[in-house]
Amino acid sequence: MRILIVGGGTGGTIVANNLARRLAGEIRSRKVRITMLSASDQHMYQPGLLYVAFGQMMPDELYRKQKSLLEACIDFHVDPVDEFHLDQQTVKTISGKSYGYDVLVIATGSRIVPKEIPGLAEGAETFYSEAGAVKMFKALRGFEGGKIAIVVGVPHKCPIAPVELVFSLHDYFKSRGIRDKVQIKYHYPIGRIHTIENVAKWAKPAFDNMGIEYETLFNVKEVDVKNSVVMSEEGTEAAYDMLIAIPPHRGMETIEKNSLGQGGWIPTNRYQLTMDGYDDVYVLGDTTNLPVSKTGSAAHFQAEVVSENIASKIKIGAPVREYDGKVYCFIETGHDSATYAMFDYVNPPDLKEPNKPMHWFKTSYNKMYWASVRGLL
Amino acid sequence: MSELKTIDARNTFCPGPLMELITYMKQANVGDTLELLSTDEGSAGDVPDWVNKVGHDLISSEKIDGVWHVKVRKAK
Ligand SMILES: Cc1cc2nc3c(=O)[nH]c(=O)nc-3n(C[C@H](O)[C@H](O)[C@H](O)COP(=O)(O)OP(=O)(O)OC[C@H]3O[C@@H](n4cnc5c(N)ncnc54)[C@H](O)[C@@H]3O)c2cc1C
Repeated sequence: MRILIVGGGTGGTIVANNLARRLAGEIRSRKVRITMLSASDQHMYQPGLLYVAFGQMMPDELYRKQKSLLEACIDFHVDPVDEFHLDQQTVKTISGKSYGYDVLVIATGSRIVPKEIPGLAEGAETFYSEAGAVKMFKALRGFEGGKIAIVVGVPHKCPIAPVELVFSLHDYFKSRGIRDKVQIKYHYPIGRIHTIENVAKWAKPAFDNMGIEYETLFNVKEVDVKNSVVMSEEGTEAAYDMLIAIPPHRGMETIEKNSLGQGGWIPTNRYQLTMDGYDDVYVLGDTTNLPVSKTGSAAHFQAEVVSENIASKIKIGAPVREYDGKVYCFIETGHDSATYAMFDYVNPPDLKEPNKPMHWFKTSYNKMYWASVRGLL
Repeated sequence: MSELKTIDARNTFCPGPLMELITYMKQANVGDTLELLSTDEGSAGDVPDWVNKVGHDLISSEKIDGVWHVKVRKAK
């Protein structure tokens, strides 16, 4: 039985380690083999980028060698997949090698595509990449006052990030003693300030308290870099001195190129996490087309379901679990407090008052992540 | 060729039905019709608000067995 995992990020790594433990006996007796193909020998803790943008973490703190995170029995190769031949149960890599499989797991994540919006790549700061986060920190450091406009592309991973950004900006300028010189305006694509109704209800008075301005139903159409103005699909515009964008996302190019899913989002069964039409192909994390937040936390909960089901199918011939849509998101509410949102397909989040211990928990989680992807948490 | 595509945004709190519709509208061709399925009561109001503001065509909006079916044609 050949299990092939494509993608060595949050989802793929948890599946691989979880399976290595569940199937330790089968692996020892050579009935099962686990192979992972990824695009990088490094694993990045992406949530840390927000801290890099505020000078609270250094970029090198965000990386570990991927091989060091995997159980020794996992056969790991840095050789990205170029072609998927699902009907022949084979993938072909960039180096020209072919890998056959009996079970395929796809967890290739998503990518930012700022170029889809004219002017956004040139005109906006963003913390959604390492280079962007470092550049944004330097721009914030040099900012002495004026208008900051925040815009949010659709779709995007980590839906809590726009709100966290606002709280962080407020605290950052307060700590520099120039909050009164900075006007912060938040623009959001739908008709309230966050897509989760309870988050929107909770954040609105907080925004009001901090003096944050906001405009809803604002989908970025274009940035006029020369005149420092951002325009919306809805016909409004905003002038800025600094523009910060959560760029729109797509799935990976390989997924689109192989026609696995429009936009790089693979049609996935929301409970079984199998690819529509293929019982031997599992999909998890950002690259699914599920109406679920694209977060490491969703990828983590999905990884547990995928590995439990792959293992149980091998052991008893049937899957044992369904994914219930569970997501758990920390919400940093500035530089010294936090809260969280936990929800699933049917239960909305119930937000608690932000507090300091929750912020410390998140700060510890920034380190505990490495234990979590190793499968120790 | 214009197509009818169904977006199943039932039972989702995040990203939520309107965010899902915006995602798929960006991928659609002008003239395509998208049908959004939603169990969120808010969809009856916020989807038409956005569609009108941005200038697409709202074809129909009806609740069948507790599920909102909102049809929208991409106009530009
Ligand atoms: C600024 C920021 C803040 C965030 N904050 C949070 C947060 O607070 N909480 C939270 O839960 N989530 C957060 N996230 C989101 C989280 O990081 C992602 O949702 C999560 O990493 C998705 O996991 P994944 O396994 O789907 O993809 P990824 O972790 O992105 O992994 C994808 C893997 O696929 C590999 N790959 C790509 N193409 C190929 C190919 N062709 N062949 C083989 N391998 C390939 C890549 O090398 C990578 O190893 C944040 C993200 C950002 C950018």
